[in-house]
Parts: sequence; structure tokens; C-alpha cells
Amino acid sequence: MAKLILNRLSKAFETGGRPAVNDVSLTVRDGGFLALLGPSGCGKTTVLRMIAGFEQPTDGSILLGDRVLADAGQMVAPEHRNMAMVFQSYALWPHMSVADNVGYPLKVRGVTGERRSSKIREALAAVRLEAYTDRRPADLSGGQRQRVALARCLVTEPDVVLLDEPLANLDRHLRQEMEETFREFHLRSGATMIYVTHDQAEAMALATDVAVMSEGRLLQVASPQEIYARPEGRLVGGLVGQGAIVTWPSASSQSRLLDWDMLQQFLNHSNGADCADILIRPQDVEITGEGVPARVTSVLFEGERYALKLALGDEQVLRAFSRQPVKVGDMVSVVIRSAWRL
Amino acid sequence: MFRSQNRGNSQPRWLFSFVVVVIFFLSVLPLGRLAMTGVSSLFDGGAGALLSDPAVWQAVQDTLTTSFLGMIAAVILGGGFALLLTLSDVRCKTALGFLFMLPTMIPPQVTALSWIGMTGPSSALLKAIGMAPPLGSPQPLYSIGGIALLYGVQNAPLVFLSLRAGLLALPRDGVEAARLSGASSWQVLKDVILPLSLPGFVAGAAIAFVSCVGNFGIPAILGIPASIYTLPTLIYSKFAAFGPNTFADVSLLSGLIAILSVIGLTVEERVLRGRDYRVIGLSGQVAMFRLGNWRSIGELVLWLAIFITLVMPLTALIASSLAPAYGVPLTPATATLDAYREVLFKQTITRTAFFNSISLSLATALGLLVVTVLTGYYIVRSKSRLAPVLSALAEIPYALPGIVLAVALILVFAAPIPVIGISIYGTIWIILVAYFSSFFAVSLKPVVSAFRQLDPSLEEAARLSGAGFGRRMIDIVVPLVAPAAGASVILVFLIACNELTVSAILWSAGTQTLGVAIYNLDDSGSFNLAAALSVLVVIMVIAMMLVLELMAKRLPKGVVPWRS
Repeated sequence: MAKLILNRLSKAFETGGRPAVNDVSLTVRDGGFLALLGPSGCGKTTVLRMIAGFEQPTDGSILLGDRVLADAGQMVAPEHRNMAMVFQSYALWPHMSVADNVGYPLKVRGVTGERRSSKIREALAAVRLEAYTDRRPADLSGGQRQRVALARCLVTEPDVVLLDEPLANLDRHLRQEMEETFREFHLRSGATMIYVTHDQAEAMALATDVAVMSEGRLLQVASPQEIYARPEGRLVGGLVGQGAIVTWPSASSQSRLLDWDMLQQFLNHSNGADCADILIRPQDVEITGEGVPARVTSVLFEGERYALKLALGDEQVLRAFSRQPVKVGDMVSVVIRSAWRL
Repeated sequence: MFRSQNRGNSQPRWLFSFVVVVIFFLSVLPLGRLAMTGVSSLFDGGAGALLSDPAVWQAVQDTLTTSFLGMIAAVILGGGFALLLTLSDVRCKTALGFLFMLPTMIPPQVTALSWIGMTGPSSALLKAIGMAPPLGSPQPLYSIGGIALLYGVQNAPLVFLSLRAGLLALPRDGVEAARLSGASSWQVLKDVILPLSLPGFVAGAAIAFVSCVGNFGIPAILGIPASIYTLPTLIYSKFAAFGPNTFADVSLLSGLIAILSVIGLTVEERVLRGRDYRVIGLSGQVAMFRLGNWRSIGELVLWLAIFITLVMPLTALIASSLAPAYGVPLTPATATLDAYREVLFKQTITRTAFFNSISLSLATALGLLVVTVLTGYYIVRSKSRLAPVLSALAEIPYALPGIVLAVALILVFAAPIPVIGISIYGTIWIILVAYFSSFFAVSLKPVVSAFRQLDPSLEEAARLSGAGFGRRMIDIVVPLVAPAAGASVILVFLIACNELTVSAILWSAGTQTLGVAIYNLDDSGSFNLAAALSVLVVIMVIAMMLVLELMAKRLPKGVVPWRS
């Protein structure tokens, strides 16, 4: 196994318009778990399909170790890449039993007899579906189908496993269970995994690295902790985690991590010329007796706490949590303990 | 390391060449040859002689008159059935629909024979119940009106299907909104439903017209005895009286048919193109009108129509097949199965015809399947701009009347095939080639709709599993389109077995098909034998339609032609 390298990868479709993928460079380390995160239409699925070999890049190249998988001139067909994929629709073959579905990659590779059946048993055991060997995919629930698709990825020890929004069709309860299964799968197999999703919570929970895409471009790649704490730019800041983005004059500040003293200066110099976007996480907004005044514009009861929207004097919006009930229209005072300049 | 240049497409490179070659030989070559002969005879003066022949213009006029009247009859009959069966609460809709669709699958010459058996002085049925007109009185169906009436019966299902497809797509909320605005049922029908379903009406009428123009069986049996010639029967008679100008003449005449058909098909395509945008809102569940006290009357009218257009003619056909000899009255005592014995066991001609038709149809259905699975796969999966063009070219031979294609193939194969120097003209092989070309579209359609329904990721998963093209085809793709492929085989077999137009032009001694045998038996006066053979054909048609009907649930929408 080796690392997967996307080198200035671009894809423009013949229909014209903006390229679906635009100059994306990315290295996924061997055994890494990369989440490709972005709103729908951002090009993340196209990147995945280029890695799989279903689309050819119009520029740039894809390398696995030092083997060139694809560039604008030529490409290795998907059937020769030793990759595996879990499709959004699971893509189980309805005319084959669970065991035949899982064992198909082995059949194609000429693995037969006891070796084949023991591998199938192992793979099904890993996803806890041993009892369903002879069922048809139609007789399984959504989560079980998902696990069959995962088992099919397990049997051949692929170099790279691709997952295309695999949880999109599952209910919330099942999602958590499957997230657990994916993590387990990653640890066991040690395969390089690439996971496409538009759900930031999913990406943060699963991946060792998160790549955020928008409009065909790669905005930032970092670990989940890093990307949460230090997002680059308004788009990433808005996409990852909860928070409100305000625009304040901040020319005087060198540091990007801002504390309450610096923020108070910005608030007092509202006539400054250089404005910056500032990300404020709700847990950093404290409702106390002092600080700046704010009006409550919406209250949402979440069980363990209330989620508030607050309007500041200049009508910019903050998000905050409160343990005590408050009413819409109440005036409160807030202190912002920490913020991040985007 | 293995590399391919195919830009992420799932098809191997040879597939494109294969599809191009197939479509060239089945569609482009014969039609191009026909157009060439037609154009060159326009310039060398042969056309002048033909076009100054009053018989030709009489045939054009008769073709247009019968087709136009037939279209009107089809619109009344098919439109009425579609409206009542789709929008009202009459009972037994499935049975009514199936019975109404039957005539379109029954070969036209059989329809004609059964109606002859029902009317006129020699009708075994009328004689048996003592209502036959006196001997010597004319057969009323041997007329323009008779031909048009049978065109109407034969093609009403085409209007029915087209209109029904439009009605089923009507947004229910639009109808409900009209109701809430205070419109009565009649006003809703008049102001909302009919205007919205007009494209379906017009398109259905246009296809019915084209089908009438190209019909051979009905005018051959009803028209020729009364010296009424339509363009297809005129071509047939030109071949019968073979002369030096025959090829040039028939290519011009089939050119005329092709032009009339293209006009009709263009009308159809135009009106249907605008249909999609109309279907906004919730379609699917169709608006329903409660007929109340009128329901029984509606049902009575529908069943009466089925009785007159289907049950009575078929009863007459059976009666004719059981009649002992010409002129002897049919009673339970005199009824005999001699005619069946004769066609099944004694006559070599009918036995050869059975053998020919069944082996030709089987070879066509199975052979075409291999070709269409590959072609359909290419058409659906390819991102090339050529794919829709190829798909349209594949459609043309079936859209044009069979007689046009038969003439085109004669022109191609009249001379020995270059390079190998063998002539297939006059052999059974030319009929096989004509069937391949003619029914290519019939075979292709179910396969293409199955491919369109197939989730591409099923095949992508197989690719990532390491399966190459052939492997994927055998393991994944073919098993998944198998039901549609089965339907395609049955449909082609059914249509090819019943076909008369193509083989009427292309047959020679020893290569007659069932359609030709029925026509020749009737032509030579053995009406009871023709009727017996027809009954057997009808039984075969109904059996195969029932098989498809039973399969229908497992097939993609639109595969079984009489369901929508």
C-alpha cells in the first residue's frame, strides 16, 4: 500500500460551464481516513469517481505511490485498480445472494472453493451478518444492505476504499451504529479510506483528516480538531461546527485567536476601515451580568439546554447556549471568551 | 500495467464499431439504396411514365381516402375507449383493455378474413342463423368504406394507447382545482382534460394514419377483388406483373409511401415534444369520474363494441373454418374439423409455412436479442453525441411501413452480394434479413428501457470488483435485464410470425410464411382452409399475449405494448 496523491486534479464536463473539479491537490497518507466534505454540487463526488476510475481527469493526475492511475492522456480501468467502493445506493446485485454479492470480487479474481467461502465467512462475520448468507438483498433492511456492501469491500483487501455518502439513506439511529462500524472497519483493515459526505458532524466523527470543498475547489485540509479550531475563510467557518460569523473592524489585531479584551476594542471602534470576518462559537458566548447588551431573537429548547440567537446593537447575530430559560425579546449581557478571525 | 484509452467509459472500443456496422446494414444501407433508385429514376425519365399513369394517382387517392377515414374511425373507437377506461369508474377495466388491444396484434389479413366471414352472401355464420343476404348480392366490405372500417378497427388500439398515456399523466390536482372552482364533471372534461390530452389524440391519430397507409393485408383481401388498389397493393401487383421498369416503379411508389409516413410521424413527434412541460403537479393517480346511473350504459356500449369488433368476427372466422364445403349450411351436424386436418397434416404448403414462419421468427427474435443487448447497452451508457443519432436510425425501419423496407431490400439484394458472389434474392435468407431490419426497433425498445432502469452503480461495483466487460455482461447486466429480454423475444416472435407485408413481396416457392399461406389460400378460393389457419394463428397470438400479460408486472414500464 502507498499514499494516494491527487496532483492539480481538474475535471470539466463536455456540457461546459464551471469545471466540476478545479485544481485540487491532496495527499492521503497510507492508512488515512479522509473525509471529503462540502455542500452538494461542490465536486466531491466527481473527485471520488475520478479516484475510482469512472471519470477521467481533464487535467492533473492521480497517483497511488508512484504508479500513475490517471491523467488527462490515459488511465487505468477501474477493474485494475484494486479499489473498493460503498455506493450511496449500496449497489448490491439483486439477483445474487448475500454470500454471492460479497464473494463476487473473489470469483472474478479466480479464488474458489474453501478459500473463497472462508473469506466470505470472515467478511460477513466482521459486519455481523453471518446468519444472512443465503438471503437476497431485497430481504434485508437498509442497515444490513449497507453492511453487505461493506463486507464486499472487505474480502479483497483493497488498497483504497471509497465511500460515497454511505449514510445518506439511513435513519439517525442507524447512522450512529454504522459510524461505529466504519471506524472499526478502518482500524481492522488499515486500508486508505475516502469518505464523501455533506454532513460535517459525520466527517468530524469518522475521519483522521477532513478536506473541505466548495464550487470545485479545495478550501482546506486538516485534522478535525484543527479544522474546527482554525478554519480558513468564511466558507469553511460556516460549514464546520456551529457558530456565528460577524464582521467587525479588526485592523489593530495581529493575532487570529481573539480574547475578550481584543474583542472589546473592536466593538468600541466600530468606525474602522478594515473589516474582518470573525467566527464565534456558541459555547464561547457567556451570558453574565456584564459585557455587551444583546436582544434574544429566538429560543430553541434542545433538552439539556436552550440554543439562543442574539442580536447585538449593530443587528449582527450571535449564537449562544443558556441553561436557564429565556424569552424572545429579553435583553441580556454577554461576554465573548474566545473568537477566531477567519 | 494495463491501461485503456477509453476515458472512463464502461464500453470496450469495439462496441462502437459493432453498433455502427449493425445499424448501417440494417437501416442506412437499404433505405439509402431505395432513395438512390428513386432519385435516379426521377432523372432518367422512367418516373414520368409512372407518374402520368392514372392508375397511380387513383391508388394515391384511394390510399389517402381509406387511411383518412380509417384514422377517423380509429380515433372515435380508440378515443372513446381510452376516455371511458382511464377516467370513469366502469368495471372490468383490465379485461376490457386486453380485449380491446387484441385486434392490433391479430394479423390484418386475418381481421379481413374474419369480417368477410361475418358479412356477405357466403357467410357461414349468417347462413347458420339464416340471415345471409341472397346469393349474388355484393360483399359490402369490398369497398373503400369497408377497407376504412377495418383500418379503424385494426388501428384503434394505437389511438387508445397514445391517448391513455396522455390521460394517465394528467395532473390530478389540476382536475381537483377545477372541481373546487365549481366546474361540473362535463366542464372539467371539456375545459381541462380534453385540451390537455389533445397531443395524445393527435399523436395517436397520426400513428394510426401511418399504419393505415402502410397496411397491406386488409386492402389485399378487400380491395383487390373490387379492383381498388392502395399504394402497397399496387406495388404488390407491379411485382406480380414483373417487367423491365418494375424496380424503378416500385422504388418510386414506396418513396411515396415513405413520404406520407414521414409526414405523419413528424406530426406525431411535434405534438408529443410539447407534452412534457404540461405535466406539472402530482400526476400518477388519475382523476376519476363517477358515472352513477350512466355506468351501466357505458359498460354496455364498451362490451357491445368489443362484441362487434372482436367477438363476432372471430366467431364468424371459426364458423367459416368449421363449414363443410362452400354453400353447405353449417349446423352442429355438418360442422367438421376437416379444414384443420387439411392445413395441419395434409397440405405441404401450409406445413412448410408453419415451419418457415416459426423458424424465421425464432431466428429473428433470438438473433436480434444478441444484437440489441449490445446496441441497447451502447445507446444508454455512451455519452457520445452519436448515440441518439444511432438510436433514431435504428427506429426508422420499423416506423416505416414494412413494404417500403421489403422493396429496399430487394433493391439491395437483387444482384449477387459483392465479393462473395452469392445471391440471396428469392431465398429464405432475404426474408430473415428483412425481419432483422424491420423488427430491430421492436427488439431494442424493451432492452433499452431495462437498461435505463438499471442503476449504473450496480455495474460500477462490478468494475471495482475487477470484472471486465464480458464478465460484467454475463454476471451482472444480462441477468438483470433478463425479464425485458424475454419480453423482447416474445414480442418479436409474435410480430414476425404474424407478418404478411414483408414476406408477401419477398417470398418465392418454398419460402412462404404463414401470412402468405393464408393470403394465397383465400386468393385461390379455399376460404375454409384460410379461416382454419387464421384461427390457429389467433390462438397463438392470444396465448403469447397472455404470457406477456402475466410477465408484465416484472417488466419495465412501456415494454408490453398494450399496457401503459
